[in-house]
Amino acid sequence: MAKVHVTTTINGEPVEFLCDPGQNMLDVLRNTLGLTGSKEGCGTGDCGACSITLDGRLTCSCLVLAAEVEGKEVGTIEGMAQGDHLHPLQQKFLEMAALQCGICTPGVLVAAKALLEKNPDPSETEVRFWLAGNLCRCTGYDKIVRAVMETAAEMRGAA
Amino acid sequence: MTDIRYLAPQTLDEAVGAFAAAQGAARILAGGTDLLVQMRNGVARPGTIIDIKKIAELTSIEETADGGFRIGAAVSGAVLAEHPRFGTVWPGVLEAINLIGSTQVQGRASPGGNLCHGSPAADSVPAMVAAGAVLTIQGPNGRRTLPVEQFPVGPGRNSLAPGEILVSFSLPARPKGSGDAYLRMIPRTEMDIAVVGVGVSLTLENGVCTAARVGLGAVAPTVKLVADAATALVGTKLDDAALEAAAAACRAACKPIDDKRGTIEYRIKVSGVLLKRTVAIAAERAGRA
Repeated sequence: MAKVHVTTTINGEPVEFLCDPGQNMLDVLRNTLGLTGSKEGCGTGDCGACSITLDGRLTCSCLVLAAEVEGKEVGTIEGMAQGDHLHPLQQKFLEMAALQCGICTPGVLVAAKALLEKNPDPSETEVRFWLAGNLCRCTGYDKIVRAVMETAAEMRGAA
Repeated sequence: MTDIRYLAPQTLDEAVGAFAAAQGAARILAGGTDLLVQMRNGVARPGTIIDIKKIAELTSIEETADGGFRIGAAVSGAVLAEHPRFGTVWPGVLEAINLIGSTQVQGRASPGGNLCHGSPAADSVPAMVAAGAVLTIQGPNGRRTLPVEQFPVGPGRNSLAPGEILVSFSLPARPKGSGDAYLRMIPRTEMDIAVVGVGVSLTLENGVCTAARVGLGAVAPTVKLVADAATALVGTKLDDAALEAAAAACRAACKPIDDKRGTIEYRIKVSGVLLKRTVAIAAERAGRA
């Protein structure tokens, strides 16, 4: 099968890869590039565990063909911490125990970061609607929502 | 996996040429929120995937000289929501489009995809029907236009001829005193498929309804324009008798199925209830416009 050659940027680094024309971006991230932070929950865009940003816009990597990211900026969970320095959302999720098994957590963090970049002062309702596409079967969402609200407040205070 | 080709043409002519040349073995890719799921499930096995998002006309939003809007078929819900004026002129169309899926899905899914996928329960379609949207379609024999309500012909089926691609939605200019709204009934609070969906667009002059259109979804094999409901509203002050007549017209237009989300009886009853609620929101907006 003819492979597609893709040149893109992932978490600020230039990246090239070969993919099958019908292969989705989640598969390439995990199995070609070894970026296994994005998780496969459903593979059909329902659970949000594979959330990434594409030119800054939140999406599910399972719903994107890898060939489509040519020339785009891809953001994944691996780009969230700067070296050993956790993003405030990651730090707050740890402090407030806003996770249990952790499978949904990378997707929730990527989605929450995209929210706070767009809206630094979201209401609880806005947080819940924004994260409605990130399914968690452990925590019941309350700790997640509180951690996002708390981080937003701290980041506004620090700004 | 069979051999697939991925094409991302820069022009509509190239896309139409490739689509027609593939003779039915190609699928159009906009947001991919339906297509990639179908490919994963084995429902779709395209030989060629034609990504239309590099074509400017398919991904742009324009305010036309006459005061209307032209929305490229592949514009995502998230991009449309960020437009500075669209949501103030057509709040009902925007809220219908923004009800489709999660934030992640909104980042990709388009009104063109929602229409072409052909679900009778597609949220954006009743609102587009109410708005009087006119489609621009391009194929091997050139360009044509089509009122949106004539596009769906059955569940998953539409009136595109072989090789034709949906290009854009044109929404007319709004007379003063116009408003629109979309409401759906779902068993959950969010992230679900409509049991009934109602779109209403109307114009008020001194409290009298001078123009109305009603689109009804999820209660028949296709989304429908309910002309009798609009007729019942026009010329009235949207009093109880007019609303009840319009609700009755919606109930009469239903040919629903029974499924786990709602029975036939329930869907018919709710179509009338939602009509009244949707008219109330559209009228309130019209009063402010």
